[in-house]
Amino acid sequence: MATTTEAEQVTPVGEDSSWYERLKHNRNWLGFLFMVPAAAILLVFLAYPLGLGVWLGFTDVKVGRPGQFVGFDNYAWLLEDDVFWLSVFNTFLYTVVASIFKFAIGLWLAVLLNRHMPFKSFLRAIVLLPFIVPTVLSALAFWWIYDSQDSVISWTLIEMGLIERPIDFLGDPNNARASVIVANIWRGIPFVAITLLAGLQTISPSLYEAATIDGANEWQRFWRITLPLLTPIIAVVMTFSVLFTFTDFQLIWVMTRGGPINATHLMATLSYQRAIIGGSLGEGAAIATAMIPFLLAAILFSYFGLQRRKWQQGGVDD
Amino acid sequence: MASVDIRNVRKSFGTTEVLHGIDVSVPDQSFTVLVGPSGCGKSTLLRMIAGLEEISSGDIEIGGRVVNKMPPKQRDIAMVFQNYALYPHMKVFDNMAFSLKLAKVAPDLINRKVSEAAEVLNLTEYLDRYPRQLSGGQRQRVAMGRAIVRDPQVFLFDEPLSNLDAKLRVQMRTEIKELHQRLSSTSIYVTHDQIEAMTMADQIVVMRDGIIEQIGAPLELYDRPHNTFVAGFIGSPAMNIIQGRMRLEDGKASFQVNDEIEMPLDEARGVANGADVLLGVRPEHWTFTNGQAGVPLDVSVVEPTGADTLVVCKLDGHEVLASFKERYEFAPGERIRLTPSPGNIHLFDAATRERL
Repeated sequence: MATTTEAEQVTPVGEDSSWYERLKHNRNWLGFLFMVPAAAILLVFLAYPLGLGVWLGFTDVKVGRPGQFVGFDNYAWLLEDDVFWLSVFNTFLYTVVASIFKFAIGLWLAVLLNRHMPFKSFLRAIVLLPFIVPTVLSALAFWWIYDSQDSVISWTLIEMGLIERPIDFLGDPNNARASVIVANIWRGIPFVAITLLAGLQTISPSLYEAATIDGANEWQRFWRITLPLLTPIIAVVMTFSVLFTFTDFQLIWVMTRGGPINATHLMATLSYQRAIIGGSLGEGAAIATAMIPFLLAAILFSYFGLQRRKWQQGGVDD
Repeated sequence: MASVDIRNVRKSFGTTEVLHGIDVSVPDQSFTVLVGPSGCGKSTLLRMIAGLEEISSGDIEIGGRVVNKMPPKQRDIAMVFQNYALYPHMKVFDNMAFSLKLAKVAPDLINRKVSEAAEVLNLTEYLDRYPRQLSGGQRQRVAMGRAIVRDPQVFLFDEPLSNLDAKLRVQMRTEIKELHQRLSSTSIYVTHDQIEAMTMADQIVVMRDGIIEQIGAPLELYDRPHNTFVAGFIGSPAMNIIQGRMRLEDGKASFQVNDEIEMPLDEARGVANGADVLLGVRPEHWTFTNGQAGVPLDVSVVEPTGADTLVVCKLDGHEVLASFKERYEFAPGERIRLTPSPGNIHLFDAATRERL
């Protein structure tokens, strides 16, 4: 802490110096002052809404009517609510299946894009497209692709003579689940692919050459060099991907509004429906709050399970 | 162990040819150094021997087998990279054992081979560490250990010492040479440092712009460079090359720098009277005459290093270097007279720059 002692030596803190003078030269006070704006923004726009949401979950506030503290009543109510449990199941299904596919396809694309090929930068730009298009817009496009009458997929399959009637993509519960998952995968791949590509580019080509000379074939190079060296980035990118998917709202709301028969309701959409559409702010807040433990678990899992690798740190950490 | 034969090998990247027909024969158990300035194609040639680059035309033979189309792992070679290329996520032991594990060697044999190599390289106590926890020299040794455990026919080194500091480089140079003497394995070593080449090699291949300038033993290159490039590249400080003219008078040959300055030569070496020639004298081959004989030079800078005294002079406007074992104390601006020691005068054709 050389700077502290220096500052103290340079400015003698006499009794006659004003409080402002003293503050101006106090390292801790200055540090505090500099942090105030950021802290204020975090408090007002993040901590307060989060706290308010958690608090609302313990009340029976409705839109336009002040409520009372009801303790865990909302949660007790939810425990016996089949639709809530269906939304939990849907959220998990949606997150797990979409994340697995996003990871597998994203990694595959990243490895492909990492190779030397013509129009490399053009192809990399194309891969980013789904990420650039506003979610609502792409959801509308999917809505049309999945249309029960005019779906381009159904049309193609009928023309090819593979099916006779249009597929009811969003009308049948299981079809609808699969459809929204596909849309989410499509939208999530660029983030995974581009981030993993950035990770791949940090791996020195000479490692692959050394492995080639050591006798590793392409698969062995992938499993023993690429994948282990990529784990730190995989951990980060998949944590984010899981968080985004778990809390997804826009895609579902535009395409299905949680239907048919709540088959695609996620916790986020159910919370919105109960709180804003239905007016039961307390109950909606309770559903949203119920997501927090799952999200925390996902973060902790990636942090402790994947992210911290001994070989990444220098020095002696035996 | 095996010899390596490179016959009329060419390499093109797209339409650019970077190697224009290389012929080198690396004898069994020899230590051959490919040396040259950056961009001369020495690393490319090494990577072609390793199988990391395709051969555009010509043949590369290792131990009598043409390996042109053979993947690296079948060539029975090991390579040490400039940046070591250690696998950062594997401990030293696993780095060294990697190739053996891939070859499905029995675990106890792997253990034995790795510990033997670690013993040779003084790495035994580091086997349980990650590469990041090692110093530059230790990493370099792990890279060599990775090569040794495979017991290959040929070792390939791609500028392995250029990432080390000067002191460590000298130390590792000795270690590599000792290792070669102990294992007596055929080694091909790429460097841009002529001192490394001179000190380590049995045979030096000097390359420039994709062609070979000269192949020979270190002292052969030093004593009889084929052209001015080799003359200037081998030896430090570099050989002085002085422009002038041959003069033949009464059967006596001499080298004329200008109308006033002249150096007697033993023989004309077949050069006609009045022909433009280049005369080469190494800085260490000047003798201070302390009299009227010899070439007059004007001292501009004196650089004492302790072991020798380096004197920068001007001869007819051109810089000439002289290096003495004696501790002369010349003053800047002083005129001194030097003569090249007999038998150490090199003559080159001014046009072709080839040795005469």
